[in-house]
Amino acid sequence: MNILVCISKTPDTTSKISFVDDNMKFNEQGVNFIMNPYDEWYALVRAIELVEQNGGKVTVISVGGSDYDIIIRKALAIGADNAVRIDMQAEDASQVALEIANYARSRDFEVIFTGKETIDFNGSEVGAMIAALLDMPFVSYASHLEYADGKFVIDRDIEGGIEKVQVNEKFVLSAAKGLAQQRIPNMKGIMMSKSKPLEVMTPLSGNHPRVKVDGFETPPAKSGVKLINPENMDELVRLLHEEAKVI
Amino acid sequence: MNVLIYAESKDRGFKKAINDAVYYGKQVANNTGGKCIAMALGSVDNPSELGQYGVDLVIHDGAEKFDAFDSVQHTKALVQAAKDHHCNLVIIADTANGKSIAGRVAINLEAGLVSMVNALPLSYDPLMVSRTVFSGKAIAKYQFQTENKVMTLAGNSIKAEKQDRVAEVQKMSFNVPDAMVKVLAQETVKGEVPLPEAELVVSAGRGMKGPENWGIIEDLAHTLGATTACSRPVADSDWRPHHEHVGQTGVAIRPNLYIAIGISGAIQHLAGVNNSKTIVVINKDPEAPFFKAADYGVVGDLFEVVPRLTEALKKYKSQNS
Ligand SMILES: Cc1cc2nc3c(=O)[nH]c(=O)nc-3n(C[C@H](O)[C@H](O)[C@H](O)COP(=O)(O)OP(=O)(O)OC[C@H]3O[C@@H](n4cnc5c(N)ncnc54)[C@H](O)[C@@H]3O)c2cc1C
Ligand SMILES: Nc1ncnc2c1ncn2[C@@H]1O[C@H](COP(=O)(O)O)[C@@H](O)[C@H]1O
Repeated sequence: MNILVCISKTPDTTSKISFVDDNMKFNEQGVNFIMNPYDEWYALVRAIELVEQNGGKVTVISVGGSDYDIIIRKALAIGADNAVRIDMQAEDASQVALEIANYARSRDFEVIFTGKETIDFNGSEVGAMIAALLDMPFVSYASHLEYADGKFVIDRDIEGGIEKVQVNEKFVLSAAKGLAQQRIPNMKGIMMSKSKPLEVMTPLSGNHPRVKVDGFETPPAKSGVKLINPENMDELVRLLHEEAKVI
Repeated sequence: MNVLIYAESKDRGFKKAINDAVYYGKQVANNTGGKCIAMALGSVDNPSELGQYGVDLVIHDGAEKFDAFDSVQHTKALVQAAKDHHCNLVIIADTANGKSIAGRVAINLEAGLVSMVNALPLSYDPLMVSRTVFSGKAIAKYQFQTENKVMTLAGNSIKAEKQDRVAEVQKMSFNVPDAMVKVLAQETVKGEVPLPEAELVVSAGRGMKGPENWGIIEDLAHTLGATTACSRPVADSDWRPHHEHVGQTGVAIRPNLYIAIGISGAIQHLAGVNNSKTIVVINKDPEAPFFKAADYGVVGDLFEVVPRLTEALKKYKSQNS
């Protein structure tokens, strides 16, 4: 079973969020970038497990500049077999999806794994777009997956619970918490990753963004917490009713 | 500009998120001189009720095959409706199903997509919208580069106003391929408002000590009419079901009221809840980081404070009903 896993790069959650160039650009100064947790902990690890059990190969793909190479090497150290990077600074999800679909179209992948969302923009857009471009079904927010006899049975997270679905053909999936257990790369993996292939490819021509960011704002800071005497919950109820107007 | 809303249905009716999306669509249609149209699929008792929130026309295909969600089938119908009615903007509520078709609809309409839009447009010509990014730590303004446009609307972003009005309903029969994803079963909590839609949320963390103590949380939630949530370690230890886990790796919510009980307020937890309009924190540690993100704080032992709050609410409710 050959599996393609899409890997994106994102600021670590604890990063300070600020902007430069007249609030037009994210300030990367001092920011620690990591592999998107949904891609690393869930999508990649479940893909590796499937290949361990059924044979085949895990290919990881990223659309990004050479700054991506460090996270791609980490994916190889965790256990991916080979990697591709499309050398492009994408500005929106459609550009990423077009590149990945173009790569996957002529190759034989059984499943394409994405993460639930990148934790910086929380778009959850790329997976469905790849599926549309390749005319494949899409299963979002997969939190459990079983494979047997060419059939995939998947739990997908929905509001207030799960929906159990079955897919019998090539499809795209987005991985949510629960799909696998995080793996930490060991020394052997790290050594081996250095000799695994990382192919760099040029992007399609004429692949333009369809939406553009026209500036960022930081929301107004909270005015500070109002402390309420723990003996006087009537006062809290009064404030929630009269001041916050939420009850 | 004509606007099309994906009126996702549940239990033969529409969720609140759909009313909001419809209301949003009506504002755009009014400001750009177009019609507000909704498309409903599968068993729906009363599609014309969407008129209350501003829909002019509901296109309804009641075929049973649409009751089980297949993203390909639903996309196909939505794209067809958008083309038939010359809708340049498609609005989809940011739900699990909405998210799984938005990207697909955008590709099929060669449209730009902005997800998690959090407020009415900043401008109508050109159409500019805002959305939250970096887990609520910033807002980004977006401009579409395409004639066709798709957006998903984040929950509780606007307040839909109701009018006494019914929409015209047009019966339709969409031609769609067989489902490629087969739904085997659904396991969801019944009777409770699902977390992403809840306006009032009572959430508890490791300060609860163990699952056996959750009775006081349920009492509070019940009195308030709120949905319950929890921090990640609580779900990870199976004290509470997985779908209650909020935060960066769980569900992101934006209720009107979030009451955090025995939760320290780690940045990954805040990432999923800091868009809540009002935050109340109950914690015995005055240094707990959550107090910095709170509007109201109670420093005290939750095992005493929570029952007291429930009593105060009961008293308030009996006086005001
Ligand atoms: C990459 C990553 C992603 C993560 N994603 C999430 C996520 O999505 N959601 C999430 O919640 N966490 C997430 N976490 C974990 C997060 O960092 C915290 O560890 C977690 O939120 C802590 O949960 P807690 O507040 O319930 O527990 P604790 O941090 O143990 O806090 C318990 C609190 O209860 C208080 N308390 C104890 N007893 C009482 C009492 N009797 N009365 C009143 N107060 C009391 C304590 O003062 C303390 O503040 C993530 C972590 C990482 C590294
Ligand atoms: N630049 C990228 N390169 C490769 N995969 C990506 C990229 N951006 C997003 N993805 C994939 O798409 C998923 C959803 O991302 P998003 O639509 O940005 O929330 C991520 O979890 C990744 O698996």
